[in-house]
Amino acid sequence: MASPIPTAPRGVGHLRGEEPFPVAARRALADPQLRRNLARATSTIRGKRAAVVAELPDWEQLRTAGQAIKAHTLRHLDGYLTELERQVTARGGTVHWAADASAANQIVTGLVTATGAGEVVKVKSIVTDEIGLNEALAQAGVHAIETDLAELIVQLGRDRPSHILVPAIHRNRAEIRDIFLREMPGVDPGLTDSPAALAEAARRYLRRAFLSAQVGISGANFAIAETGTLCVVESEGNGRMCLTLPETLITVMGIEKLIPCWRDLEVFLQLLPRSSTGERMNPYTSMWTGVTPGDGPQAFHLVLLDNGRTATLADPAGRQALHCIRCSACLNVCPVYERTGGHAYGSVYPGPIGAVLSPQLTGVSDNASLPFASSLCGACYDACPVKIDIPSVLVHLRAREVAAAGHAHPEAITMAAASWVMASPARWAAAQHASRLGRVLGRAGRIRRLPPPLSGWTAARDAPAPPAQTFRQWWQAERGGAAGGRRAGRTRRQWWRAERRGRQ
Amino acid sequence: MRVALFVTCLADTLFPDVGKATVRLLERLGHQVEFPQAQTCCGQMHTNSGYLRDALPLVRHFTEVFAGCAAIVVPSGSCTGSVRHQHAMVARRFGDEALARRAGQLAARTWELSEFLTDVLGLDDVGAYYPHRVTYHPTCHSLRLLRVADRPLRLLRNVAGLDLVELPDAEVCCGFGGTFAVKNADVSTAMLADKMRSVLATGAEVCTAGDSSCLMHIGGGLSRLRAGTRTVHLAEILASTRD
Repeated sequence: MASPIPTAPRGVGHLRGEEPFPVAARRALADPQLRRNLARATSTIRGKRAAVVAELPDWEQLRTAGQAIKAHTLRHLDGYLTELERQVTARGGTVHWAADASAANQIVTGLVTATGAGEVVKVKSIVTDEIGLNEALAQAGVHAIETDLAELIVQLGRDRPSHILVPAIHRNRAEIRDIFLREMPGVDPGLTDSPAALAEAARRYLRRAFLSAQVGISGANFAIAETGTLCVVESEGNGRMCLTLPETLITVMGIEKLIPCWRDLEVFLQLLPRSSTGERMNPYTSMWTGVTPGDGPQAFHLVLLDNGRTATLADPAGRQALHCIRCSACLNVCPVYERTGGHAYGSVYPGPIGAVLSPQLTGVSDNASLPFASSLCGACYDACPVKIDIPSVLVHLRAREVAAAGHAHPEAITMAAASWVMASPARWAAAQHASRLGRVLGRAGRIRRLPPPLSGWTAARDAPAPPAQTFRQWWQAERGGAAGGRRAGRTRRQWWRAERRGRQ
Repeated sequence: MRVALFVTCLADTLFPDVGKATVRLLERLGHQVEFPQAQTCCGQMHTNSGYLRDALPLVRHFTEVFAGCAAIVVPSGSCTGSVRHQHAMVARRFGDEALARRAGQLAARTWELSEFLTDVLGLDDVGAYYPHRVTYHPTCHSLRLLRVADRPLRLLRNVAGLDLVELPDAEVCCGFGGTFAVKNADVSTAMLADKMRSVLATGAEVCTAGDSSCLMHIGGGLSRLRAGTRTVHLAEILASTRD
């Protein structure tokens, strides 16, 4: 048997939490400020998204097209990746292949230190956060400056991003002002929490970095195989600065982000802004192809990252998670995410997409609680612009985790026993009869306390006490099934007969 | 017509009135209801918890029990969703293509109650009478797996005496989610708190839905708070008459 395909290694990057989801979620749920910030922000974005999506009569066809392009690309990923490499190289870029986070960090750190730069400016990029690039650069003595406003807030606050698109969604204006006053060199001590004042403070701080930076580092929203063109979409213009001003540009990209040709971009540039920020078009779309002498960066490096993506691709039922275009629409509609925020997921990919992506990148056993962090309500599937059937993938990953956990733990034994009982009507009727013993726990038809694991239910909810008669017993008594309820049944049968006569 | 009732394991055991109401309603509308007594459970809890191997015998059993039935009616959007969207998948996962095919055919003859009333019987008005202020919670699986859309609301609008009030944020999950309510009890409770806030804001006496499971969740929370609002299954409202 071939050795298993490697997943993202431990000890580097940010794909694993320190605690299981329910434990981390409990702490988040207890923070009223966080709950309020998240509820306000997600409901605002939800409303904007719904309005701009409703404008397009062909939205469903666009979703289907997006799904089809991604599925096709992944099926032929090997060919398109080598085509991309050929095209980037032919246009003066250099392509590097990174099997995992450590390899990617080593490549990028080596490239930066070779330029002699002590500082780099960064475009908002989740993949560089996935691999822990900033920490790796810091170890090599290089300071990475996040230039996206929200990423800057997170970086200055020594915090972690909690949302794919809006990394500081868990912070409100007052908290951001406090972070700036505390951490931003040269900030005006009279700074107010008005959005314009906060943006102006960030602008002044970043301007110096943009003008002096020798190296820019970005991720990529798309790479076009047929021409080797890279594409970044953004709202603030900081990305455009990082992509055009420095002499050296390094782009780190997951191998699943490429699309075959320019025509495909037409679909995604409609799907992405409407799904993510709720805009018809994002303010800045930057595209570059290799190196142009005398214009923009004169050295361009593309680092293609695997880090568990090939392992994900190998699972036919789970691979659709690689279709994701990182719009975060699923986060904004998720009732679980809205209440816990992103930190509870422990990975740079939070919310519903994170619950299906992180466990596949790391191997399910390293993120075993994430596939269960969902009520399977399905809102994410409806919102996804490339139709990732997240609920079905969650169930599939639960099955993978259950298969890996074996048969000997209490839940597996309970489930097997329930299956054995329910596969037989006689055993099922007997079990129902036994469950009526639960009536002694009830008062006025309600049970207020149950033993573990059901104590989680009765901590906040009453449970119904079993009724005196199951439906099945009633039916038998009324409709002449088995003996037992016959006497009572006769009068009921008479009642039914009378009712039928009355109708005729 | 002859209609087979799949009452669901939950209603059978804990909410028999839902099954009785479904029988009463369908018979009042002139149909012959049968209850295949060998029925047990659709296996949804096993499937959604990841115990697909344990779900397989339940899928097989369901498919055998209802094989000869022309129309199967279920007073649950969630269990209908399991039959329609999961049974064939479970069978296929274990290489039983014949079972997957039979399950697929059966799924095409299985209807959630409001679908059956409106689509198969062509009724929006079932002649019910229910003089209460009621709000309706669209359960996630009836809404997003089955796409029942406004079918239950059409039925409720035609109930005499019923004062239907719109539920704010109706389409947000109540937080039940099967074993989710136990495994992630804190998140589930936070979702329930918001759902109860919405229900209570309507001033309704009754919160209704097409799933006993979600109603058990919402009702369990309201009961704990002594909120004075109760949960009643859609079938029970539609089965009520003046007499």
